[in-house]
Amino acid sequence: MGIRFVLMVNKQGQTRLAQYYEYLTVEERRTLEGEIVRKCLARNENQCSFVEHRNYKIVYRRYASLFFLVGVDDGENELAILEFIHLLVETMDRHFGNVCELDIMFHLEKVHFMLEEMVMNGCIVETSKSNILTPIQLMDKTS
Amino acid sequence: MNPFSSSTRLRDMIRAIRACKTAAEERTVVRKECAAIRASIDENDQHYRHRNMSKLMFIHMLGYPTHFGQMECLKLISSPGFPEKRIGYLGLMLLVDERQEVLMLVTNSLKQDLNHTNQYIVGLALCALGNICSAEMARDLAPEVERLLQFRDPNIRKKAALCSIRIIKKVPDLAENFVNPATGLLREKHHGVLITGVQLCTELCKISSEALEHIRKKCTEGLVRTLKDLANSSYSPEYDIAGITDPFLHIKLLRLLRELGEGDADASDSMNDILAQVATKTESNKVAGNAILYECVQTIMSIEDNGGLRVLAINILGRFLSNRDNNTRYVALNMLMKAVSADTQAVQRHRATILECVKDSDASIRKRALELIYVLVNETNVKPLTKELVDYLEVSDQDFREDLTTKICSIVSKFSLEKIWYIDQMVKVLSKAGNFLKDEVWHALIVVISNASKLHGYTVRALYKAFQTSTEQETFVRVAMWCLGEYGDLLINNVEMLDIEDPITVTESDAVDVVEHALKRHASDLTTKEMALVALLKLSSRFPSCTERIREIIVQYKGNLVLELQQRSIEFNSIIAKHQNISSTLVERMPVLDEETFNARRAGSLTDAASTPTGPSVSLPNGVVKSVAPLLDLLDLSADDTTPAHSSSGGDFLQDLLGVDQSVVSQQSGATHTSKNGTDVLLDLLSIGSPSAPIESPPAQSNSSIINMLSPSTSKREPISSLDDLSSVSLSSRASPTAGAASMTDLLDVFASGPSTIENNGPVNPSITAFESSSLRLTFNLSKQPGTPQTTNIQATFMNLSSNAYTDFVFQAAVPKFLQLLLDPASGNTLPANGKGSITQNLRVTNSQHGKKSLVMRIRITYKINGKDTLEEGQITNFPRDL
Repeated sequence: MGIRFVLMVNKQGQTRLAQYYEYLTVEERRTLEGEIVRKCLARNENQCSFVEHRNYKIVYRRYASLFFLVGVDDGENELAILEFIHLLVETMDRHFGNVCELDIMFHLEKVHFMLEEMVMNGCIVETSKSNILTPIQLMDKTS
Repeated sequence: MNPFSSSTRLRDMIRAIRACKTAAEERTVVRKECAAIRASIDENDQHYRHRNMSKLMFIHMLGYPTHFGQMECLKLISSPGFPEKRIGYLGLMLLVDERQEVLMLVTNSLKQDLNHTNQYIVGLALCALGNICSAEMARDLAPEVERLLQFRDPNIRKKAALCSIRIIKKVPDLAENFVNPATGLLREKHHGVLITGVQLCTELCKISSEALEHIRKKCTEGLVRTLKDLANSSYSPEYDIAGITDPFLHIKLLRLLRELGEGDADASDSMNDILAQVATKTESNKVAGNAILYECVQTIMSIEDNGGLRVLAINILGRFLSNRDNNTRYVALNMLMKAVSADTQAVQRHRATILECVKDSDASIRKRALELIYVLVNETNVKPLTKELVDYLEVSDQDFREDLTTKICSIVSKFSLEKIWYIDQMVKVLSKAGNFLKDEVWHALIVVISNASKLHGYTVRALYKAFQTSTEQETFVRVAMWCLGEYGDLLINNVEMLDIEDPITVTESDAVDVVEHALKRHASDLTTKEMALVALLKLSSRFPSCTERIREIIVQYKGNLVLELQQRSIEFNSIIAKHQNISSTLVERMPVLDEETFNARRAGSLTDAASTPTGPSVSLPNGVVKSVAPLLDLLDLSADDTTPAHSSSGGDFLQDLLGVDQSVVSQQSGATHTSKNGTDVLLDLLSIGSPSAPIESPPAQSNSSIINMLSPSTSKREPISSLDDLSSVSLSSRASPTAGAASMTDLLDVFASGPSTIENNGPVNPSITAFESSSLRLTFNLSKQPGTPQTTNIQATFMNLSSNAYTDFVFQAAVPKFLQLLLDPASGNTLPANGKGSITQNLRVTNSQHGKKSLVMRIRITYKINGKDTLEEGQITNFPRDL
């Protein structure tokens, strides 16, 4: 299992999406998120996209005002995770059309469904954008 | 109940939360919403269930408790419609964890949904199961999942594959059922199925060695072919990232090959070609390509050795390392760390570049690089590397310094080939970043300095010079104080000048200036001030011309609010003012600290630091005090523990002190049974000191001041006394059960039974003269370990009263059955004539009838006088009662 959590956080440090693939209590999540966000937001553009925190390695990427943070195991390929974040963003872009923070806030479930199609139990399920989006668009049509 | 609030739309709730300016406002909004949702749940309102769940997920994401919504998930899951099920399963994955009982209730719904005719519902159930399944659910539902691995729709197969990973991780026994279907997935063309199938196989290989064997035999070639096809595939828009088809699949394949190739030459051989191809052909100017190269290098380093491939891999890392992109450099450092064990030489070639990375502006890269450098240090490169690191220390970030200093110190002490180099580096590090160091580091430095007898002068001069430029680091000041006190005289005379040194002119008063500066420096903490005071005392005797000035400095602290400083000030003042005659011996240079003991103790304290957290001596500034030998050294009794103090040094002072003390004891306790029992050894000792006792002791005032000198520190728990603190006379009384020197323990016991009682040792019993003949005297010094009243520790001291030396001295003892006796080896077997030395031996007696019967013992002592055998026997019945 590689990915341990996926977080989307805005510039103010507010969580916009949180998906954990291991169990943490609500308090543990809050403190973890606080620590990580403080660490990552303090870094500048020239620094590398990897931060070590506790026993996680955080791979993060910033898109406009939104930070995507992915916590992974030590053995995970950091560069691949970086690409994966980009894939996630592109997928959301294709669905929402130039995705922004508000899209994620107001369509939280949908982003979760997308993520579900891409990651399950910390492993990558699918890497084709159309395969990821087909079931979601199918649902939009029926409902 | 408010019927309106439950009908707030999700959108409105999110807007309301967004509009909150403060955390308190947000809490209020959330509390209101939660109340409304609860009310809606209570009403069993089906219409709003879907919306309530969406709200709860949002609230949960913000970090508020949402447990009350868990049952709603179950209701949604068991409803027939797809949209309800979908949100229900999502809620299940987010709000419920596998430890909760709610999960048990969902097993049945999951089973039904896994067998549903609608494949999208099957997909939902698989996804939920894959994310949250517990061991029990895994057992119950494994057959369904296994069946779904062969489902007609690839989207179900890929989810079933990942679900299987969860199941085999929860219940490894089930792994064998999945091996065959999993290998079947590797032949698929659909990327989703392939990538999940590869991941499933990787996990199977990790969990079961049989699965590993099977997959290695059956699938290696197929996987190599799949990777080859993938690497050579033409452009496919669906999976293309930066001109590479599905880098994720590349990476997962490479990882599985790594599992298969590790430890198996044949499998490794069969994948050599494709690895070489991937390593050479992959584009390296985009992240995706680098990710594949990175994974490929990892695989090459892990599988069985192939020289050519390894060279290729290390070269790729070298290229990474010189890349301008920080991410690439980071992974290169990461990878080199793993490559070190495989090929140190190849990694050494990149040392210079790695060293540059230590100085990078990026904390993540610095940390990785420092760790790597730490591993790369060896005897040949330690000097230049340390120099670089020490130089960098000066300009490094505050938050990086701690890590850096610790690593430097660790390197320096690991490779301390020459003491002068070690001392040089340590002085540099201490003066730049000493505050980041643990105490034991500078303790170790002092021990090394003390042992480097030829470098004392050099060290103290180096410290003096460094002190002129930097006094910011507390630990540096402490080491400087210690050395100035000890070797101050070497400083001014340029004694033991080394060739490499520039001569400096330092006057006595310059040296005192330095100590005074340290003492009055604002930042100095208590320990440093204490050490400075001791240094002053020592200098007072080394520099006669400055004695008066030193006394004036010391006197300034006699009214200090800190008891310890006040006490030292008064003690030291009286030594300088009234005891000039003995002060030079009193403050003699400390004997060489025992390096072995210190290292052993340090190693020991690392392992069981937790077990001795409060022992008073554990955290003594130097720690060295803890072991017995240095303790004696502190008192300048050093080698004299067998020839009690007649001949040398501080013993005189000790007697002096005790002479006074003893008279106090007798004044205060009236009954002198302690001092009487106590031993002729003591009297013996005091015979020299006693002449001075009357002179010093008559004024009652001075008596009490000396009591003050001793007693507060006996009961004092704070470990603030310093290394050569005089009050460690009383400190050592804590160590008395272990102290090797009978004479000293005797002394201490006398005043321990006086006004100041010792807390940790439990009751302390006086010494007794167990046996005395015209030629031999045997003294027992009794003590108890706290918590074991039945056991008495006895330290037997033998003294030769005749004018002939005894050789082959053997002591034997026997006890009745209700006692148990353990004899430790004696300290020697020769006993000099005329009481000029003694033999000590420790005994431990356990009384099984403690409180009912007293101790008795029969003894036999044999020795030779001028080669003639002599035998003495006796019975000891004068043990105190209640032992």
